[in-house]
Amino acid sequence: MKVSVNWLREYMPIALPANELAEKISRTAVEVEGQYRPQGNMKNVVIAKVLSVVPHPDSDHLVITQLDAGEDEPIQVVTGAPNVAEGQTVILAKHGSVIGDGQKIRRGKLRGEKSNGMLSALQELGMDNSVAPKDFEEGIWVFNDTDAADLKPGADALEVLGFGDDILELGITPNRADMLSMNGTAYEVAAILNERPELPAFELNESSEATADLIQAEAPADLAPKYGVRVVKDVHVQDSPLWLQRRLWNMGIRPISNVVDVTNLMLLTYGQPLHAFDLDRLPAPKLQVRTAKAGEVIKTLDGVERKAAEGDIVIDSDGQALMFAGVMGGESTEVTADTQNVVLEAAIFEPKAIRHAARDQNLHSESSQRFERGVDVEATFKALDHAAAMIAELGGGTVTNGRVIAQDFDYEAPTVDITTEKINDVLGTDITTAEIAAIFERLCFTQMEQDGRFSVTIPSHRWDISIPADLIEEVARLYGYDNLPATLPTGETTPGKLTEKQRLIRDSRHSLEGLGLNQAISYVLTTPEKATQFAMDPEATPVEVDYPMSQDRRVTRGSLLTSLLDDIAYNVARKQEDVSLYEQGRVFASNGMSTMPDEIEHLAGVVTGDVRERDWDQAAQPADFFYLKGVVEQLLADYGFVDNVRFVANTDRPEMHPGQTADIYVGDQFVGFIGQVHPRVAKFYKVGQVFGFELNLTDILRMPRVKSKYEPISKFPSIKRDLAILVDRDIQSADLVDTIKQHGGTDLHDVTVFDVYTGDNVAADKKSVAYSLTFVNREHTLQDDAINAAIERMTKALQDQFAAEIR
Amino acid sequence: MSLKEDLTQLREQALVRIDSATSLKELNEARVKELGKKGALTEVLRGMKDLPADERPEIGALANDVRNELTDEINKRQTELENAVMDAQLQAETLDVTLPGQPAIQGQPHVLQQIIESLEDQFIGMGYQIIEGPEVEQDKYNFEMMNLPKDHPARDMQDTFYISPELLMRTQTSPVQARTLEQHDFSKGPLKMISPGRVYRRDTDDATHSHQFHQVEGLVVDKHITMGDLKGTLLAVAHQLFGEDHDIRLRPSYFPFTEPSVEVDVSWNAVTPDTKPEDIEWIEVLGAGMVHPNVLEMAGVDSSVYGGFAFGLGPDRFAMLKYGVEDIRNFYLNDVRFLKQFDQKG
Repeated sequence: MKVSVNWLREYMPIALPANELAEKISRTAVEVEGQYRPQGNMKNVVIAKVLSVVPHPDSDHLVITQLDAGEDEPIQVVTGAPNVAEGQTVILAKHGSVIGDGQKIRRGKLRGEKSNGMLSALQELGMDNSVAPKDFEEGIWVFNDTDAADLKPGADALEVLGFGDDILELGITPNRADMLSMNGTAYEVAAILNERPELPAFELNESSEATADLIQAEAPADLAPKYGVRVVKDVHVQDSPLWLQRRLWNMGIRPISNVVDVTNLMLLTYGQPLHAFDLDRLPAPKLQVRTAKAGEVIKTLDGVERKAAEGDIVIDSDGQALMFAGVMGGESTEVTADTQNVVLEAAIFEPKAIRHAARDQNLHSESSQRFERGVDVEATFKALDHAAAMIAELGGGTVTNGRVIAQDFDYEAPTVDITTEKINDVLGTDITTAEIAAIFERLCFTQMEQDGRFSVTIPSHRWDISIPADLIEEVARLYGYDNLPATLPTGETTPGKLTEKQRLIRDSRHSLEGLGLNQAISYVLTTPEKATQFAMDPEATPVEVDYPMSQDRRVTRGSLLTSLLDDIAYNVARKQEDVSLYEQGRVFASNGMSTMPDEIEHLAGVVTGDVRERDWDQAAQPADFFYLKGVVEQLLADYGFVDNVRFVANTDRPEMHPGQTADIYVGDQFVGFIGQVHPRVAKFYKVGQVFGFELNLTDILRMPRVKSKYEPISKFPSIKRDLAILVDRDIQSADLVDTIKQHGGTDLHDVTVFDVYTGDNVAADKKSVAYSLTFVNREHTLQDDAINAAIERMTKALQDQFAAEIR
Repeated sequence: MSLKEDLTQLREQALVRIDSATSLKELNEARVKELGKKGALTEVLRGMKDLPADERPEIGALANDVRNELTDEINKRQTELENAVMDAQLQAETLDVTLPGQPAIQGQPHVLQQIIESLEDQFIGMGYQIIEGPEVEQDKYNFEMMNLPKDHPARDMQDTFYISPELLMRTQTSPVQARTLEQHDFSKGPLKMISPGRVYRRDTDDATHSHQFHQVEGLVVDKHITMGDLKGTLLAVAHQLFGEDHDIRLRPSYFPFTEPSVEVDVSWNAVTPDTKPEDIEWIEVLGAGMVHPNVLEMAGVDSSVYGGFAFGLGPDRFAMLKYGVEDIRNFYLNDVRFLKQFDQKG
């Protein structure tokens, strides 16, 4: 909300410069998000009277004007303004002036005729077209005759237009809707400055004609707990006087006509939205608040035909929905230049009903915003009376006798109890009872106090206050947050530590970083197509958001690999071909629309391109299956599972290379998979060869683990033997190792593959595999006989089971 | 020629030979030739048996002297030659030590993770637990129990990804407050927790808005927690994240789940006792307040006995401020050139 400091000064004396006032408001009430003077850097812009207008000899759209700008000689200006005429009072940007966009005006010649300045529109002085009373196309700004009578040629036009005012832009938080009015803001500023605000006063004269004879009104209390109307007859609808227009445009509201402007002025003054109908355009002399039937059509003031939704709150006359109550008026009963008799409506509409209609119609107006957040219930009819009086004054009409009240209630001021002790207990301060009393006094709260026990009566303009905590906040902010001490909680100490799960997740991340992968954090929301890729549970379905912002972010992911492939694609598109990433996060599996989904902790990694760049010392190391498998083996070894980790070939993962993919088991528990991403899927993501793994951390963290164990080192030397065998190509090493271990006897300590060979000297369907066997015995030196016997057993078994040929 | 002369001549010849040996091999040959079993000295000494008995001691002593001297000379020469060989080898092995080492393959934690972990460690040190909550949350916890009933105007402050009327992508980490308060047994001591995690808003992504970002929620509830405690705790956080010489200030604000509510600014520049107030540049970093009694009551905590403070801060915003990251999307697009920059530990 914009606040004019000049207007605030009508409530109380303000000596502070605007920036200091803004700082105080920010530190005590609400954030001042901006502060400016409409005049900016403009200068030398003056009031001028048009003495004569003659056609330009060389142009059919330019004219030559002579202007009285308060100087000895008239000033000649050539202008293309379509609306300039003799006798007008206008705005002249003189030679040497600076106008709205920083443009400097210089004398010059236009098609051979001297021009010593520029006649200007308000838009050229920096006013937004949505706020300026006239469209820019209509031409220069012309003061109306009444205002012009008070203006002296040569006077500072910026001052006349109110551009010397300081405007503060307040960021009103939802709880401080009381500050969506000048009265409310004045109460607050007065409390800050320790002043008393003087609220606006008015005098209402009524004719003898009874309003009730002209209009009737009906409003159910559940829709409009307060509803009243007045009538002003025989009004001349015309432009508002300059002071009112000035006030509105400085507050960011476009002046329209005296009747509409007065309702807007009251909205700004009291925070009470009002509406004006043309009495003679009502279908019947009766207004009724009701909810809309589905499909009713209302053409609103913005010229849009809108279909009401069932339950939208509307104003009806004779069965016809005229407007969305409290949201926006309707065109059919709008006040126009021809209007003579005006019905003014002041009401309090049920906030939920307004919110409903405003959201349905996507119409968030100055009115709906205030009704949603609440208004001062004591101000409603005051604003109505004030508006009627001012319209009569500005439009020469008469206010008829009495309000027609369809619904009303009395304000019952709540009292809230609080003690000095409680306030200090919550704030950690030593504020005295007298200081607290002074703060309530500044806020214009009525209070009773005895021995530090306060009973505070809340005025109607502070409807946000209802519980003791609210009063504590009032004291805290006016006492000043800077004056609070900075302490740490005392009392019983609590041990702080990571849970085992948190520690293991953290260790997993650190392991992978040590193993060369960079942590990625990617978007959780993705497309339905990607969401089911790489799923470990093929039955899982993603969670879908109701109104996505974009097609790319519609559902929750079902794997981290999809995210990481997106990340690689982003890098590859930017010529970053070597990428090693991991991500730790959750995947989601829906349990239906109203039950919370499963959120499963996963850990995944990808490598593409080179894992090590070429340098002077060694060749580049391209990512491959076994590089990434080494990473995963080390990661899994770090957990120290009781059970063995196994890699089992899986040819059936749809997104993975059928010949380069293994499922990973800990004991019999499936925990994830590793392999090359299927080239078809890689192409879909527009990436090259990618190797990836994904693990279900939730399952992994459940697997039993052992602590590191110590075994004394054998005093007797170990013996190494090599075993090279020839087997069919499709026989898997893990099976061979199993057999070797089964038959190796108790002294076989370790089996390591040190060579795998296919090619020359080996039949096409065969491969040669060589193992290094380590034998150790803790009790005695190993004898060749025993080792030879063990190798004999192994080779026999290998021959029997795999038709292996010993080389 | 007498034996004595033979010995003297042998000595002189041998010394010349030893001295002129230019390799260990030559030296070894000299050793064999002069001192070996079939060497010159042995040959000379063989004549000892023909000497008169009274001359033998003298010649024997002389022969010993010669043997010792030659042995010493050979050893000395050997050391010299070995040193020369070593020097030559070292010379040959000289490297250009300015060439780079083999790069160790080392990954980096994400910058947001670094900030979260640093906060976690700090709060663990202050006796807090870390509690995580679901990212797909119930309206009840995300809003209603945080004192935001349906149709509350403050719901407009947050654009929400709803899944159904009951379920949504959580818009804040605050629901973890409600969940934890509901569970906590206050007879076992105060509740002190932080809750880091991802949150979601129905926003269009641009340089300063992201539909996904992070929050770290903090909550302390006990019998005598003051707003001064909140201020002191947040000051400690600011010191941790920005440095010991940074100050904070509180400004009034509004959150439905706290009363009073404040925004917290941290000084961008260092503040000393001599710094003038107008020279401090304040930046808004987090929201906080005293837990609203409704939030306590809805979670079944007696607000007349217990009270506390809560705060919520954004690691994304911290990282943007601290490192001058200009576009929040950088955090989620994972350009490796971005990720690898935040490699300073501690």
